[in-house]
Amino acid sequence: MSLPALTLLQAANPQLPPVHFWPWLIFSLIKLLLVFTFYMVSAALLTLAERKISAWIQDRHGPNRVGPGGLMQPLADGLKNFVKEETFPNFTNRALFIIAPMLSFMPALITGAVIPFGAPWPTRWGRVDLVLADLPVGFLYILAIASLGVYGIVLAGWSSNNKYALLGGLRSSAQMISYEIAMGMSTIPVVMLAGNVTLGAIVLSQAHQGWNIVTLTLAFFIFMVAAFAETNRVPFDLPEAEAELVAGYHSEYSAMKFSFFFIAEYANMVTASALMTTLFLGGWDIPFTLWDNVAPFAWYKSVLTLLAFFIKLSFFLFLYMWIRWTLPRFRYDQLMSLGWKVLLPMSLAYIMVIAGAMLGLNALGVPRDWRFALSMLALNVVIVVLVFWVLDRGRIVSPASSRIGARELERLRTMAHRSTLTPRETGD
Amino acid sequence: MAIGVKVLERPIEQTSYVRATLKGMALTLKHLLNTHKVTVQYPEQKWPLSPRWRGTHRMLTTEDGKAKCVACGLCPTVCPANCIKLVPGEDEQGNRYPLIFEIDEFRCIFCGYCQEVCPEEAIHVGRHYENSEYSREGFVYDLERLMAQTHPVCEMWDPSDPKGQ
Repeated sequence: MSLPALTLLQAANPQLPPVHFWPWLIFSLIKLLLVFTFYMVSAALLTLAERKISAWIQDRHGPNRVGPGGLMQPLADGLKNFVKEETFPNFTNRALFIIAPMLSFMPALITGAVIPFGAPWPTRWGRVDLVLADLPVGFLYILAIASLGVYGIVLAGWSSNNKYALLGGLRSSAQMISYEIAMGMSTIPVVMLAGNVTLGAIVLSQAHQGWNIVTLTLAFFIFMVAAFAETNRVPFDLPEAEAELVAGYHSEYSAMKFSFFFIAEYANMVTASALMTTLFLGGWDIPFTLWDNVAPFAWYKSVLTLLAFFIKLSFFLFLYMWIRWTLPRFRYDQLMSLGWKVLLPMSLAYIMVIAGAMLGLNALGVPRDWRFALSMLALNVVIVVLVFWVLDRGRIVSPASSRIGARELERLRTMAHRSTLTPRETGD
Repeated sequence: MAIGVKVLERPIEQTSYVRATLKGMALTLKHLLNTHKVTVQYPEQKWPLSPRWRGTHRMLTTEDGKAKCVACGLCPTVCPANCIKLVPGEDEQGNRYPLIFEIDEFRCIFCGYCQEVCPEEAIHVGRHYENSEYSREGFVYDLERLMAQTHPVCEMWDPSDPKGQ
């Protein structure tokens, strides 16, 4: 018995021996359960990691009372959130109010479905790909789904009947729309280099021609910044902005519904980190070797590549927290100008540069291996120096005072001087 | 245009975001790896108290277990917070003693005047700060409770020179 969907799933990798329906179903269910458990457990542990890392950065110890070294703290937090009172503010849109936390949580999990996390695992019933759904359009699917996360936040802000929540929701919608474009544009060079939109193919191509962080450094940088913005993490946490908006979109939420937003934030972080790993850090590839990418596959290869993927993922998760406890929040105009005036043109120009470089290297007959990676690296070093040492002079993010010309400054000063009230004028 | 807005000139050409961010991250990483943490693990570790610390009161007793207080009435008189309640009594030999001696620790401002004014060195403020009760009434310490306190008394009072001579 076979499925039409199964053939579609296998279209990405025609070398796969056909897996029959029942083993496929059972293995899929097992993978589903494992990935879901991984998401929930890591969301719980990440709350602890965040508190620990914030504490260490601030020369504190962090939670260390519950369990050994505070390891049971997520359990205590979860228990607390379960027994707290559920509050429903008056005049809320009850249905949307309830559905919003779920909506913010789901896209993270759905996106996680297409991310390959290890080399195929051979079993006696056929090869099991370590990915939930190896969609032929995996990459486009991610672009389509990743933006759905904004609905949860906007609807939460809208349905709360609270001006702060609404402002948080509005900000998040503006922010996500702005950064999604730069995010999509920054991934086009990845697709160009891989020549395929399947995530499995992108991982394989990186194993052969060098990781994309080497060949596409600027795209990685743009994607990372956009990913930070999409997950609403500092310095892009304007939807929450506890200093000005109470707690932003989840001001009115309590107990488990609030907790769900919290879990959603960390699940989104996991997904974004997994995406960065897959698109730019070679996914589950073990660096400098090819033996893990080619047949014959074995269980130990799967385990090792799984470990490699997990290490890369953890690095990005740590980076998220590291950045959070280093940087202050952007001002709204800084956020907008960074997204529209810097990242978007930069990513567009980068597509042109990469396309030109690929044409040139192909014309020169450079094979797609380490020679290709080295030439791309040389190009990227030049670009990175140009961008971060020459362009980054108060232009990437405008400093505390907005950029202002000498003539404009003079005009403002005379205006301010003229309109300054003297005591006599106030007396009138 | 708002009135009198101060427009600062900043060296735009020298500012950066990415490089400054990297510098900041290096700093936070240094703190992250720094094993010297400033937290005091409170119930196990305690910060040393100042020698001038004035905490909850204590009534000293004579060798035969009676309060040293002679109910002279100086402490309720001097108390600026009016938190000491004293009802004096007199026994057959004509010795005065307190029938009721209560200190409302909630009203007390811990100025230490009672300790300073006491001619018999009976009432003292102590080097103690961990107080908790289930009711507000629990913070009205009566004579028995004041006598039962065992914590050290304020070091401004020197036990070897009790009358400050």
